[in-house]
Amino acid sequence: MSVLPHTPTATALGEPLLIAKGLSKRFGGLQALNDVSFDIRKGEIFGLIGPNGAGKTTLFNVMTALYIPESGSCQFQGVELTRLKPHEIATQGLARTFQNIRLFSALTALENVMIGQHLRTKSGLWGAIVRNKATRDEEARTEARALELLEYVGIAHVANEVASSLSYGDQRRLEIARALATSPALLALDEPAAGMNPSETVVLRALIEKIRDDGTTVLLIEHDMKLVMNMCDRVLVLEYGQVLSYGLPHDVQHDPRVIEAYLGKGAAQDPLLHPELETENKDESRHD
Amino acid sequence: MSHTLSNVKNRTPVKVWLGAFAIGAVLLMLPFLLGATAGQGWIRILNFALLYVMLALGLNIVVGFAGLLDLGYIAFYAVGAYAWALLASPHFDLHLPFWIVLPIGVALAAMAGVALGFPVLKLRGDYLAIVTLGFGEIIRIFMNNLDAPVNITNGPQGINRIDTFKVGEWALGRPETILGFRITGPEKYYYLLMALVILIIFICIRLQNSRVGRAWEAVREDEIAAKAMGINTRSIKLMAFGMGASFGGVAGCLFASMQGFVSPESFGLSESIAILCMVVLGGMGHVPGVVAGALLLSIFPEILRNIVVPVQQTLFGDVIVDPDAIRMLLFGVALVAVMIFRPEGLWPSAVRKRELNSGKEKQA
Repeated sequence: MSVLPHTPTATALGEPLLIAKGLSKRFGGLQALNDVSFDIRKGEIFGLIGPNGAGKTTLFNVMTALYIPESGSCQFQGVELTRLKPHEIATQGLARTFQNIRLFSALTALENVMIGQHLRTKSGLWGAIVRNKATRDEEARTEARALELLEYVGIAHVANEVASSLSYGDQRRLEIARALATSPALLALDEPAAGMNPSETVVLRALIEKIRDDGTTVLLIEHDMKLVMNMCDRVLVLEYGQVLSYGLPHDVQHDPRVIEAYLGKGAAQDPLLHPELETENKDESRHD
Repeated sequence: MSHTLSNVKNRTPVKVWLGAFAIGAVLLMLPFLLGATAGQGWIRILNFALLYVMLALGLNIVVGFAGLLDLGYIAFYAVGAYAWALLASPHFDLHLPFWIVLPIGVALAAMAGVALGFPVLKLRGDYLAIVTLGFGEIIRIFMNNLDAPVNITNGPQGINRIDTFKVGEWALGRPETILGFRITGPEKYYYLLMALVILIIFICIRLQNSRVGRAWEAVREDEIAAKAMGINTRSIKLMAFGMGASFGGVAGCLFASMQGFVSPESFGLSESIAILCMVVLGGMGHVPGVVAGALLLSIFPEILRNIVVPVQQTLFGDVIVDPDAIRMLLFGVALVAVMIFRPEGLWPSAVRKRELNSGKEKQA
């Protein structure tokens, strides 16, 4: 592994794409999110990490309008996301994948990606029945684009396989292809490396970096510290629903509060423990 | 590389054309063959089977494509039937032509479908089944009780002497002789029904391979993921309810015109369940499977009825067991057997078969 912390690229200093201010969400007695503020800038890979139960997925769900926050705002390209319905989020240009894969499992890989293009296409019932030229052209375009995207994530050879029969790694990549099909400005990945073996993770990392380089901003929730620290341009660490640390990976990694949250009190003082920080979290449960 | 839709469409081999031609010829001759060999009664049975095909295909849009379990589907059949009965019978002394009544019946049924869709948008599975079941019963009870204070539906007595399907002065219900060739009412209806069934099959297949059809399947597979992909699940579900219901409306109109009589008891829960059985038995979401399921479940019991009685008479010299009772028994046995041995249905789509098989392999 690379010992050198990843240096942020110039693009990470782009203008803000998403600005979250003071987001709070409570479930009964549990304050899942408490006054969380951050911004994601155009062209970066933004990492969101934290111990289990820190509120990462809650934050994700607030951003994608599955939950309504008690307070705070989340502006995405000037649009307030918290007031939208879940299906309107993707229209604004924010696509997501799921921690526990949610593919359309009885459909083929190709169909999954074609469904991803639903909101960028428009033929309706009448067009479907009479199959006029506009509809036929749109269908052909949709299919061609779906194949292109499958190729892009590297699973074009399974285009006509049923999603549920794909290998775990391929399912993860299919989910990314499906999200990319919505033509997002921001692609939010919820633990894409969960359950992947090291070689699959390497391929995934290359894919995510390629997506960023091709102009899509990426938000990455991840448990794999190595992946996050090596790849992300900036990182937000959550704990107990609060922002613990926020900034460049190198700074976050050496923030005593982060080390304490992950390794316990006193660890910050123990120089021997520092190198492990990057990998220790792998053993933790995948669910939060 | 692959077996994609456009590839299949581009090449239509001669064999397919010949096959289609042969099937077409058989379908064209069927009522005469049947009338000559088995009697006119069988043409009526065939006509009802075609009505059930329409109903099963309509329900298949809701249950098979969009994955919304609907136990009150017969309500839309009732709406269509009563629309025809009220607008073309001596009951209100209205005798509107088919090109007014049929669109009204279809539109009313589709509206009823959307009206049912609204309150159940957020329900799934069991809850959805119970609400739709209730809806089906509400419609039937309405038909049963709307004879007072103002007599609209004539209550449990139903409405009779309903107009037959008429194009100008040419009535489908009357037998007549064309070019020295005698053609009966049921035979004429057969051609109308067959044409509509083919149209509906065509629409179903087109819909399935479309943007809307894929969105339905997305909602069926995973609603949350569908929303995350920007699919407005609300309008997509309403579209499924409306589209499915409109087929029920067509079937209802034809039922009323063919039968000449409608009463609330034709639209009970058992009918809803029978149609659902056709969809499930044939292969949910697979159009040929659903057609086969509907034909099988509507014709097979009639064949059975014609066998059970003579067999008992020769064996025991008398009819001991009522054929209807045996019918229901065998019906149940057939369903249980299908669920055990072919859970994907008798004729499932290739994709669904693969999915279930891959699931089995993984478990093993």
